[in-house]
Amino acid sequence: MKEIIQYFKDIAFGIKSLIKGMRVTGHYISRPSKIITQQYPENKETLQMFDRFRGEVVMPHDENNEHMCTGCSACEVVCPNGTIEIISKRVEMEDGKKQKIIDKFVYHLQMCTMCGLCIPACPTDAIVMSNDFEHAVFDRSQLTKILNKPGSKIMPGIK
Amino acid sequence: MEEVTSLESQEYFINMGPQHPSTHGVLRLLLSLDGEIIRKVEPHLGYIHRSIERMCEYDSYQQIVHLTDRMDYLSCHINNEAVCLGVEMGLEVEVPERVKVIRTIISELNRISSHQLWWGVMGMDLGAITSFLYGFRDREMITDIFEETCGARLTMNYNIPGGLMFDIHPNFQKRTKEFVEHFKKTLPEYDDLLSNNVIFRERTVGVGKISKEDAISFGCTGPTGRASGFSCDVRKHDPYSAYPQVDFKEILAEEGDCFARYKCRIDEMWESLSIIEQLIDNIPEGDYKVQTRAVIKLPAGEYYQKVETARGEFGVYIISNGAKSPYRLKFRSPGFSNLSALNKMAVGGKIADLVAIMSTIDLVIPDIDR
Ligand code: SF4
Ligand code: SF4
Repeated sequence: MKEIIQYFKDIAFGIKSLIKGMRVTGHYISRPSKIITQQYPENKETLQMFDRFRGEVVMPHDENNEHMCTGCSACEVVCPNGTIEIISKRVEMEDGKKQKIIDKFVYHLQMCTMCGLCIPACPTDAIVMSNDFEHAVFDRSQLTKILNKPGSKIMPGIK
Repeated sequence: MEEVTSLESQEYFINMGPQHPSTHGVLRLLLSLDGEIIRKVEPHLGYIHRSIERMCEYDSYQQIVHLTDRMDYLSCHINNEAVCLGVEMGLEVEVPERVKVIRTIISELNRISSHQLWWGVMGMDLGAITSFLYGFRDREMITDIFEETCGARLTMNYNIPGGLMFDIHPNFQKRTKEFVEHFKKTLPEYDDLLSNNVIFRERTVGVGKISKEDAISFGCTGPTGRASGFSCDVRKHDPYSAYPQVDFKEILAEEGDCFARYKCRIDEMWESLSIIEQLIDNIPEGDYKVQTRAVIKLPAGEYYQKVETARGEFGVYIISNGAKSPYRLKFRSPGFSNLSALNKMAVGGKIADLVAIMSTIDLVIPDIDR
């Protein structure tokens, strides 16, 4: 007798538990305003990333095509995986002195782990993290970027 | 011709994984079966071995931190914290109170987000896609908090030896409080959807039992060990950061089956919420880091620091000879020890039970295979 009662109790519990679960689902079906899904490629124009988001390393240039990188290689040293390669050259300045300046700032995006260590390491704040996260390209070689723009110079006064 | 009279079954082997969806990554299990009954489970590792420990021997202490993001990626902040605490122990620096509190809040958020993901995936392993979507809905709020304050959603790398990479975002407290309010309302839904569901209970209650003695001898920690009654919460027994100042319970269960492990995690989320509530309004003012040298050199010696991640005890053992990289570094990862108990739990059950067991151990494969 006991087993039979237990059997029906189990069935009642089962049905009740299923109804409970369905009630939660029903609650959200009838309230579409609570849906939080973002329609990603459609909302591209309005998509706002958080300003600290680490997308990729970029080097800002001002309107005179000048950057702030001295070529000191601090970022190259601190990077855990050889993502940054600084190629510098020696040039003669107007006053006759020779100075080391940056020739190419090579950034291998395919190796970057976005750890963010290079940004605080830079003494002149020459590099920052941008929010851009759409990195997909068809060929790997496109991911190796030269961050200093062609013909760019170092900003006067940066040592 | 000899007549086959016996209908006795024969033992045979199948591979589960490395590309099986319910192994949550590249884990290969060699199952020895008798019909559908499991006789032996043998995990084969090595599919995503990246030799992280070896890499650490060539990296500076600041660089090691971001490698631990890539181990147990669901509790990356807690892993980072372990390395940083170990290095700080070696340098004998005391981080400001503010850092300790912020680290603790983010660790607990991290634990909740890990458990939310586990809950969703556990439902999915057992055939309920709904729970997956609900788990991810709530987790999204936490990843937004991380993205705003730490700069990344998953591999945050927010801790540095000596403190934090930057101060918290001005919105951090507001958003965290919003999340706590929201999650207090939606966590009971988890019970309605899964915990009390009759099908779910049938598949978890009494399945994959492990006794307290076995749990201890296999080194199971975290909710896996605590569900068998093994009190092993590092936050309680060896408190670090701001845990001494907060009041929380260590969740223990006796049964040691899948449902007990499930229940432990759900209850842990409540405890984490209460820890966050106690701390979020009391973040002390102060610096967010102490300045360390650009090149950190630990004094020669051995340092061990353990923390409680979402999966159990995570330990960092640093042997330094005074150079700028460790001489040897060993990680004690919770997933590896918990996996070793899998055979004990699964033998005698069915293949479908094995899926439930693996879900409740909450395996993260990169944590096992470093
Ligand atoms: S973010 Fe990290 S990996 Fe990427 S370039 Fe900077 S230091 Fe290197
Ligand atoms: S970006 Fe900064 S750290 Fe890197 S070479 Fe230029 S100045 Fe030095």
